[in-house]
Amino acid sequence: MELDPLILSRIQFAFVVSFHAIFPVFTIGLASFIAVLEGLAFKTRNPIWEKLSAFWTKVFAVVFGMGVVSGIVMSFQFGTNWSNFAQASANFLGPVLSYEVLTAFFLEAAFLGVLLFGRDKVPAGVHLFAAIMVALGTFISSFWILAANSWMHTPAGTELRDGVFYVTSWSEAIFNPSFPYRFMHMGLASFLTGSFVVAGVSAWYLLRGREVEANRKALSMCLWLLLFIAPLQAVVGDFHGLNTLEHQPMKVAAMEGNWETSTHVPLLLFAIPDQENQTNLFEVGVPGLASFILTHEWDGEVPGLNEVAVDEQPPVALVFWSFRVMVGLGMLMIAFAVTGLILRVGSRYWRSVWFLQGLRLMSITPFFAVLAGWFVTEIGRAPWLVYGMMNQAQAVTPSLTGGMALFSLIGYIVVYALVFTAGVYYLMRVLYVGLEDTYDDDEHEAERPKRPLSATHVPFEIEHDEGDLVGTAKPFNNGGH
Amino acid sequence: MELFDLPLIWAFIIGFGIIMYVLMDGFDLGVGILFPFAPSEEDRDTMMNTVAPVWDGNETWLVLGGAGLLAAFPLVYSILLPALYIGVFLLVAGLIFRGVAFEFRFKARTSRYLWNWAFAGGSTIATFAQGAVVGAYIQGFETLDGVYVGSALDWLTPFTVLTGLGMLAGYALLGTTWLIMKTEGHLQDWAYKLALPLLGGVLVVFGMISVWTPFVDDMVRDRWFSNLSVIWILPALTLLCAFQIYRSVRNRLEGMPFVATMGLFIFTYLGLIVSRWPYVVPPDYTLWDAASAYESQLFLLLGLLFVIPIVLAYTAWTYWVFRGKVRAGEGYH
Repeated sequence: MELDPLILSRIQFAFVVSFHAIFPVFTIGLASFIAVLEGLAFKTRNPIWEKLSAFWTKVFAVVFGMGVVSGIVMSFQFGTNWSNFAQASANFLGPVLSYEVLTAFFLEAAFLGVLLFGRDKVPAGVHLFAAIMVALGTFISSFWILAANSWMHTPAGTELRDGVFYVTSWSEAIFNPSFPYRFMHMGLASFLTGSFVVAGVSAWYLLRGREVEANRKALSMCLWLLLFIAPLQAVVGDFHGLNTLEHQPMKVAAMEGNWETSTHVPLLLFAIPDQENQTNLFEVGVPGLASFILTHEWDGEVPGLNEVAVDEQPPVALVFWSFRVMVGLGMLMIAFAVTGLILRVGSRYWRSVWFLQGLRLMSITPFFAVLAGWFVTEIGRAPWLVYGMMNQAQAVTPSLTGGMALFSLIGYIVVYALVFTAGVYYLMRVLYVGLEDTYDDDEHEAERPKRPLSATHVPFEIEHDEGDLVGTAKPFNNGGH
Repeated sequence: MELFDLPLIWAFIIGFGIIMYVLMDGFDLGVGILFPFAPSEEDRDTMMNTVAPVWDGNETWLVLGGAGLLAAFPLVYSILLPALYIGVFLLVAGLIFRGVAFEFRFKARTSRYLWNWAFAGGSTIATFAQGAVVGAYIQGFETLDGVYVGSALDWLTPFTVLTGLGMLAGYALLGTTWLIMKTEGHLQDWAYKLALPLLGGVLVVFGMISVWTPFVDDMVRDRWFSNLSVIWILPALTLLCAFQIYRSVRNRLEGMPFVATMGLFIFTYLGLIVSRWPYVVPPDYTLWDAASAYESQLFLLLGLLFVIPIVLAYTAWTYWVFRGKVRAGEGYH
């Protein structure tokens, strides 16, 4: 069988970018949470806030470190596997991606060190300022990355001359039509991720009766935030979908599994898209609902996949099912947020075992939802790389052979498997040791290097004297109030 | 309308970034190469502590160079990376392993030996890959209409293996002289003993490369043997630095060996630039051919002028804070 460098490059990019994306999507939300905790600590002088902030800053350090390491790979992918695309789009993407790197460096150089290591060394106000700047910096970084990505979906402000894009308007190119929706959608996704991880970890500590007062406060904060942002995300997602319908109708057709342009299009709850025969098997749907959602009229006309040639359609089944995974998980998140509100009656939200167990499980769902969402938008763009202007086959590196692409794909899988197994294992150790950091601070120097991981003191291996932390699940009404 | 020769300014910025990277990551990669040969595990702790506060700041220059290259000279980016496909993978994988090993070794106890090997192996592979890139660059790249048309392993030739080995010896020498400056006692003695054999190795390999290079490419030969004789000052200064390393190691000076080794790298680097100027994708494309659009170079330059001074100031501050000797058992960890 002939190895296809295009398919292998697509798989490789999907693999490395998916692996990379899960770290920043968490750190963006977590950085804002830490900034809020620092603000509360500064204002109330209650040591609980400082304790929470110190713990979550350690978690932030580990995840941020893994994000940086996996990001190094990304900066070379365009050149190695998509060199025609790199060459064609460099006039716009080069400066925009470089601004992302500059933002990250500026942030690291100026503020990250103060946040991670400066708690006892700089005035409290300066530490709070550093926390806010780190949170802001993560947003500026995502601003640039999403501007670049959105431009590939809805190219604007550029013109294509002799196979090269030239920028005619920086503001139109950066604030291209899909950018505001994608930025909002992704920003909320980061907050949802941060909230569900913090809520899930807090729930786990509460189930074990550890640091009840602090973890109850953290859980409460997350649940209030979720109550607003989980439903808001559904609304923003709807607007994003309408924007996609306007600019990338075939992506929406794939999301809905809608093969033919028609009115009264049903919202499919279940179907097995059959691309070969251009139809669905086993359809179960709500009549007219897709038309209503997309056009706000029951008999609105919705474009179908038959409007373009078969080889210009995205892989429908992947887009269709990724979309359902994302929306399904989003609904589940809303359900948990509302349940949290109901359980505030009688202060049951931090004592109800089934609810806390549920939150524990929910802590990983945002990552799946985010990846599914990115699958929808990225696979849904196929076969285009720059929508309507440059397709994937034109973009791939001409000299790349299937063998080389397979070599690097396997290589990256091996590297990531080893490195991130260690990273995630270590993160689990940090969570396990928890807020009750029993290890002495063995760092002597006043001034700190900026390496993120040196912000934690948790040893890599499990030690024998941790028995008291493991314990058996204690009744949680012993602690706290 | 084009007020400045922006491609020239950008060539200077990226050239500066590359030599900053070579000098700064060079010594910490060198410490990684020397790692398996250290006298004891305690010495390895000390060695690592000498570079712990600065190594990842050093690597930021590589990422900045990669992104800057895409923005300012996309043709270089989109020819070199496909041409060096496997080499780039080895470089990135090596850097990831050593970076992660660096962090987890400090946290690890029983699994420490695994991280030792990851650190040394990653450093060695990344260094060899960088040397091979230099060799591939001297060889030139097979292109057609701005697209690389060579094959996957064109970059791996006897010549590039030699430049890879040269880079290993060079970074090891940088690491050794760094340790002379930053340590004391028996570890420093060990570094003193290593320095001269490594210097000999560097000179032999560099000499072989210098003799071989004119045969690899006609243009380079013409450059050096035409009437532009003033450029011979660069190899002369390189040799002067080598002599200075020899003398200062014999006299057991502490700072001079490192400074002179940096000089050795700088003059070799300038010699390489002179060999190829103004071609950035030899043998076909000059820096003006490879440049991106004027407005794109200008757009990024504005941000860079703001951030680079801050990064430089922070770098200088970090080195200042961590100046002086690192003693056994008193790390930053």
